[in-house]
Amino acid sequence: MPIEVHKPGLSTTLQDAGRNGYYDVGIPPSGALDQYALTAANHLVGNPPHAAALECVYMGPELSFTEPATIAVTGAELSPRVNGEARPLWESFPVAAGDVLDFEFVKAGARAYVAVAGGIDGPVMLGSRSTYGLGGLGRPLAAGDLLPIGPGSSTTAGRVIPESLRPVLSKEVEVRVVMGLYDHVLAPQGRADFLDTTWTLTPVADRVGFRYKGSELELIKRTPPFGAGQDPSNIVDAPYPIGSIQVPGGIEPIVLHRDAVSGGGYMMIATVISGDLDVVAQSAPNTRTRFVEVSLDEAMAARRDYRQRSQRLADLFT
Amino acid sequence: MTTAESTTARYSWGGDEHIFVELAESMSLRANFRAMAITTSLREQRPEGVLEICPANASYQVRYNPDVIEPHTLLELLRDIEKQVGDAIDFSLATRIVEIPVLYEDPWTTETLQRFRDHHQDPDATDIEYAARINGMSDTREFIAAHSQSPWITSMVGFVAGLPFMFQMVPQDRQLIVPKYLRPRTDTPKQTVGHGGCFGCIYSVRGAGGYQMFGVTPAPIYDPGQELPDFEDSLVFFRPGDIVKFTPIDRDQYDEHVKQVEAGTYRIRSRPFDFRLEPFLDDPDGFNSRMLEVLRAD
Repeated sequence: MPIEVHKPGLSTTLQDAGRNGYYDVGIPPSGALDQYALTAANHLVGNPPHAAALECVYMGPELSFTEPATIAVTGAELSPRVNGEARPLWESFPVAAGDVLDFEFVKAGARAYVAVAGGIDGPVMLGSRSTYGLGGLGRPLAAGDLLPIGPGSSTTAGRVIPESLRPVLSKEVEVRVVMGLYDHVLAPQGRADFLDTTWTLTPVADRVGFRYKGSELELIKRTPPFGAGQDPSNIVDAPYPIGSIQVPGGIEPIVLHRDAVSGGGYMMIATVISGDLDVVAQSAPNTRTRFVEVSLDEAMAARRDYRQRSQRLADLFT
Repeated sequence: MTTAESTTARYSWGGDEHIFVELAESMSLRANFRAMAITTSLREQRPEGVLEICPANASYQVRYNPDVIEPHTLLELLRDIEKQVGDAIDFSLATRIVEIPVLYEDPWTTETLQRFRDHHQDPDATDIEYAARINGMSDTREFIAAHSQSPWITSMVGFVAGLPFMFQMVPQDRQLIVPKYLRPRTDTPKQTVGHGGCFGCIYSVRGAGGYQMFGVTPAPIYDPGQELPDFEDSLVFFRPGDIVKFTPIDRDQYDEHVKQVEAGTYRIRSRPFDFRLEPFLDDPDGFNSRMLEVLRAD
């Protein structure tokens, strides 16, 4: 039975693990920007780890429930309230029919995930319930929307994710990157400056990409190849990896996230490792960010650590 | 094509989930055709763990799950396919010829471009007047003729949902080259026929853009609701490799097409076609006229 949306929040969308197989025609994977927080919220309410949940950014929605449910909120420090009474983050709790769920102002991080036992049963589009607004696959919540809930148990209230398995949200973060792609267009000084600069996230930070400011990167002198365009940072339009960092004009690097434009004509110089996309997802404007170079082997080791941590999360409640 | 050219592919890791392959730095039909041939072969083999295969203008990328296929194993496979494909001389691309009607110098892009004159190289001209002038043409009619007489190949689909990048199938000295706007617009009408650098495009959805705007097509090319008959199997019309012929139409024809779109009966004219590179390169103009006969035949 449905959840009623009273107020939609700033940009609240339904997200799951995302969709694969359509990036070649410009439809990106989408899905929760912080996949770890999504799976944590789902474990808390007894759902499969990638069931669809609400992704709330900076400002949460106001929702009411037409029947009892078990819910959990993870990710950003966007504390939930039931009928005005505080409820904990990273713990599952019950709501009764008629209860109103809303949120305090965000205290840390940027994106919170609201999972409901049974999952939110939005329409499956190209194999996923994830919203991709730019392409007309779903849209952010609007007041008056009714969200159906799938069948699920309500016996999981009171589950808690221990502190050790909650990420530390900080205004100063390190994001690991594998250099490559078109990084040869950076002059040696430009490359050093990219890795040495403490970048500041600008307000231009959404599901498509996160734009940073900090310094101007020096490029090599080059005649742009045929078809590339006139700017020294132009390339013949090429595919953009998810997590790739492009630097139009050598200023203001942009990290593409899970709603990425699938290609374009700006040189990319590095790619954020998959697990650290969660760190980017929780960056609010003004977050001070260092990009730390790792090798592919180190990226794979980080990937194993991330999987082990996800497994510990899964093991908590089995 | 020399062997030196076929061995210039550059492989790069895109984090832990992508391999990026640049086949050539410069745009050319040959580089694009190699990208198509390699990604077609990879699709046929489709190793377990490969999530996305994205051909592009002169490059391609693969997104994969490295827990299923080890990165170096995939890299070696891609290098092997590159060797097998070579200069793609034997590759035949099973594609389509597609006719896109265009109302050039239409009221909607004209209104939009006037709002963004301060973003443009030539604030006193329209986009198409500017494009005609810098390509050495006497007027926009001559430019429209050059734009619509020779076909274009869809060298990449993407940026946003279903947007085709197209490369004109004429010798390089006859290609239309127009720089992008100085600063991108925040608005572009849906189904705008645009141009940036050496690439044409059709904006699939309304939104930001930096390409010059020459006209609009009444043909929807992205239909997330899959309501029109062309979209029964896919919400995206264009596929990499589609060959496009632009056909100028007048306002009455445009309105007629729009009526059919609204009635849910509109279809884009297209015919299957097997495209090989060598016969085209040997005689581009002759090849193009034969292709257009295929499009016209019923």
